[in-house]
Amino acid sequence: MDTTLAALSDPTRRAILARLAEGEATVNELAAPFPISQPAISRHIKVLAAAGLIVQRVDGTKRPCRLAPGGLSDLDAYLDMLRNALRHNYDRLDRLLAASGEKKDEDP
Amino acid sequence: MTKLVLETEGDTVVVVRRRFAAPPEAVYRAHLEPELIQQWMLGPEGWTMPECLNEARPGGAIRYAWSDGQGGGFHLTGEILELDPPHRIVHVERMHLPDPTPDNHVETTFAPDGDGTLMTMRMTLPDAATRKAMLETGMEYGMEASYARLDQTQTRADG
Repeated sequence: MDTTLAALSDPTRRAILARLAEGEATVNELAAPFPISQPAISRHIKVLAAAGLIVQRVDGTKRPCRLAPGGLSDLDAYLDMLRNALRHNYDRLDRLLAASGEKKDEDP
Repeated sequence: MTKLVLETEGDTVVVVRRRFAAPPEAVYRAHLEPELIQQWMLGPEGWTMPECLNEARPGGAIRYAWSDGQGGGFHLTGEILELDPPHRIVHVERMHLPDPTPDNHVETTFAPDGDGTLMTMRMTLPDAATRKAMLETGMEYGMEASYARLDQTQTRADG
């Protein structure tokens, strides 16, 4: 998961993922919106592929990229679990604090 | 209003922010006193904390054990590093699943926010293997049901 987070920490890589969410794209197509060289885009693609977020296939001289199925699931599942457990915890804590606050107000 | 904000910071840190109506003194106490902790630090619905030790002093031990009520569960041990009542708690903790996970360093601060408290908890993200083990303890089961219950609660509260 650390690899996933490192891969996601870069805005260009997040933009590449957003583009791929719309469908498969070649390296040239992915590079087009960015003011950086194609080798630089290729390096970003390597990082995303190493993190298991995207997959590439060979199509003649082209290497089209697409999102890897379930690439984000590990991270998403963990953060969802954490968010949900904490949400329940803190809702309970709200009720507990409200109840003990009322009790204190009733004290003489 | 979304009360809970959870953000990742860099590749190893998660920051959680939450507002409470109660003042910092009360929220701080609820993080250290076992009889209070056992009433709220339970995770998904259906889990309980049969065992709760918190020696609320620097160097003091922490031991929490959770049960899913069906024979499943896990426990956590830790040590308190710093206390600055009622503003700040720094501790380390590890889960035993049953093998101990790497130490997670947690800093929790409680800042006055009007009549209430803004709590900020900054903790280290577990590595992939630890996270997988945590998911496999069953902590994620019942999540859908919990979401549904929460949605109902919020709809009632909003309506």
